[in-house]
Amino acid sequence: MILHPGILALELGSALLILMLLYSAGLSIKILRHWDINSSSELQLNLERKTYLTSTIINYLLGYQIVSAILFIYTVDGLHTEFVGAMCATGTLNANPIGWYVLYLKILNIFIASIWIGINVLDQRSRYYPLTRLKSAGVLIMLPVFVLDGYLQTRYFLGLDPAVITSCCGALFSSQGSGLASTLSGMPIRLSQLFFLLATVFMFITGLLSLKGRRGLFKYLYGISGPVFFLVSISAIISFVSLYFYELPTHHCPFDILQADYHWIGYPLYITLFLSAVMAMLTGIYEALKSRIDEQSIVQGLQRKLIVTGLIAECIFIAICLWPILFSSFTLKGYYL
Amino acid sequence: MKKHLKILEFALSSLLRRKYKNLSIVLVFSMVTFVIASILFLTHSFKKEALSVLEGAPQLIVQRLIAGRHALIPVSYIDEIKKMPGVGKVSPRYWGYYYDQLTGANYTIIGLDRAWSVNGRVMEGTALAPEDIGYCNIGFGVSDRRFLQVGDDLFLQDTKGGLYHFKVKGIFNMKSQLLTNDLVLITKKDFINLFQFPPSMATDLVVEVYNPSEVTNIAKKIKERLPDTRPITHDEILRTYNSLFNWRSGLMLTMFAGAVLAFVILAWDKATGLSAEERQEIGILKAIGWETSDVLALKFWEGASLSIISYLTGIIAAYFHVFFFGASIFAPALKGWSVLFPDFRLVPDIDIYQCFVLFMVTVLPYTVATIVPSWKAAVTDPDSVMRG
Repeated sequence: MILHPGILALELGSALLILMLLYSAGLSIKILRHWDINSSSELQLNLERKTYLTSTIINYLLGYQIVSAILFIYTVDGLHTEFVGAMCATGTLNANPIGWYVLYLKILNIFIASIWIGINVLDQRSRYYPLTRLKSAGVLIMLPVFVLDGYLQTRYFLGLDPAVITSCCGALFSSQGSGLASTLSGMPIRLSQLFFLLATVFMFITGLLSLKGRRGLFKYLYGISGPVFFLVSISAIISFVSLYFYELPTHHCPFDILQADYHWIGYPLYITLFLSAVMAMLTGIYEALKSRIDEQSIVQGLQRKLIVTGLIAECIFIAICLWPILFSSFTLKGYYL
Repeated sequence: MKKHLKILEFALSSLLRRKYKNLSIVLVFSMVTFVIASILFLTHSFKKEALSVLEGAPQLIVQRLIAGRHALIPVSYIDEIKKMPGVGKVSPRYWGYYYDQLTGANYTIIGLDRAWSVNGRVMEGTALAPEDIGYCNIGFGVSDRRFLQVGDDLFLQDTKGGLYHFKVKGIFNMKSQLLTNDLVLITKKDFINLFQFPPSMATDLVVEVYNPSEVTNIAKKIKERLPDTRPITHDEILRTYNSLFNWRSGLMLTMFAGAVLAFVILAWDKATGLSAEERQEIGILKAIGWETSDVLALKFWEGASLSIISYLTGIIAAYFHVFFFGASIFAPALKGWSVLFPDFRLVPDIDIYQCFVLFMVTVLPYTVATIVPSWKAAVTDPDSVMRG
């Protein structure tokens, strides 16, 4: 199973990313031990230079982690022909359930790397590198998560056995059955729509308020709305948004919308969702770190940019979700519970 | 944004100033991409070709095994299989291989037992009828090797050493070459005589199943009732081909891992060995106010431009190599072997997936190899450099 071009590319990618991360973890340990902004020793100068190396590495890491996540879904999707009973990525992921954890970890890694880069931007803009220790600790936290991702990915591909009969997405994302995916799909559509609406409005209003007002509370609330909105949206995509794209009241798969048959609509959908969630989270995190930064205007300027980007991304995401609901002839009226 | 565009412009001009050094990297980089892209494109279009050919293959084939080897199947099994609910027509097939000593090629010989018709576009002459004893239809490859025209005689040796001759009634032309190149079609009677085939036996059976989703169940039942048989489903064949081609291209990729490694070492070496001139340039940039992060951005754009140029050159070259020149370099390793292998033009077909895979195995190693050297360049002290 391992000699598949996509799998080889993924494994090579993981190995190289972990290698780079290991190197920057080594640098980070040095920084954590010897960092002293008031010192003018040669060591401190070297360390200050090395922070640039770390941030360059993590920037690349994020880029490649995104490519690797897309490639992972593509590969898993392409492999489904080799398993009896599999019809899309879901079937292949079920063939060896570790696959699901790999997918979750890849998504988590994108979040972690984006947040790290957000903190890095703030740090490099301010004069005395006040967040360097935090960033170094962040690298040390990232390392085990990435290693785990690489390890599980290898276990997953090694454990794929084409003789296993897997279930296809129709069986997993259907209203009958047990497990998280079925619960999400079987959720009453009204309830799910209500949650989705609440999360969207909550995020939008807190975003607007934190853009206008000076109160930190709204920014914290906006920050919290990020992950909440992400999770609620994912469950909304599974429970009712995807139905409108497929125009099939029983097809709940979150991966099929990435395929050419649905005009790759999944890519803008997920990208805007990620963006809106990450921007909101970063706004909250900046607010928490504000006390450590001397130049408040920098923080506020950056936060403004984040909120505006986040809100625009949220609007595009909502527009993509609503488009088929409002303008296609497909309706779920008979299925409301 | 504007700042990055300016830096990009500067990066491009500085790449142009050092044409020859960068050209060597682009050349090797494109070469590596070309090789890997050729492998990926070629296996992908082979896979497509094989799958489209197999679309028309029967849903279920039943073979008999004796001592683990494929053996002739008694025709009486047909009635046994027909009894199962859901099974439609069951028909025997007569076919085999013939090694031709004259040309050193293997022919596929099919014994025809019922009427069929053929589209005039794919055949010169007329199609063989079941009662045309002593006649044959042959593929283009066979007629080419034996210099046969319609009306000539094809001589084949039987099991006792005697010669049989068949009058050529029709020749399949180039259009169906992939399927018929090594084909010799004769009647069932001739087939039995030529090979001394036991009369109540067939090579294998083709089973029609009314409901496609029941094929696996019917196959299971056949295996239970007739334990010496091996039912092969259409899906199984597809899956086997799929993983076979994936495996082959994976294997080729692994073999070329050495080339990628060599390229990475070259990239590392080129990036580390900054000339005095370059160091001075960076020193001056920093002295006039560039920050470390700006120099890093410059290095990023340099690397990105080199990568994109080489990546695209490699892909385009591979596209021409595979789809216009029939992948003359790699085809023998990936195709399989046969003397009478058809020459065919592959249908151009690339998807984004392959480009992603390619990106991961070529651009990522290059990036990793150049990160540390470009950082080293970016943090050079202006005064130490300019002092020489």
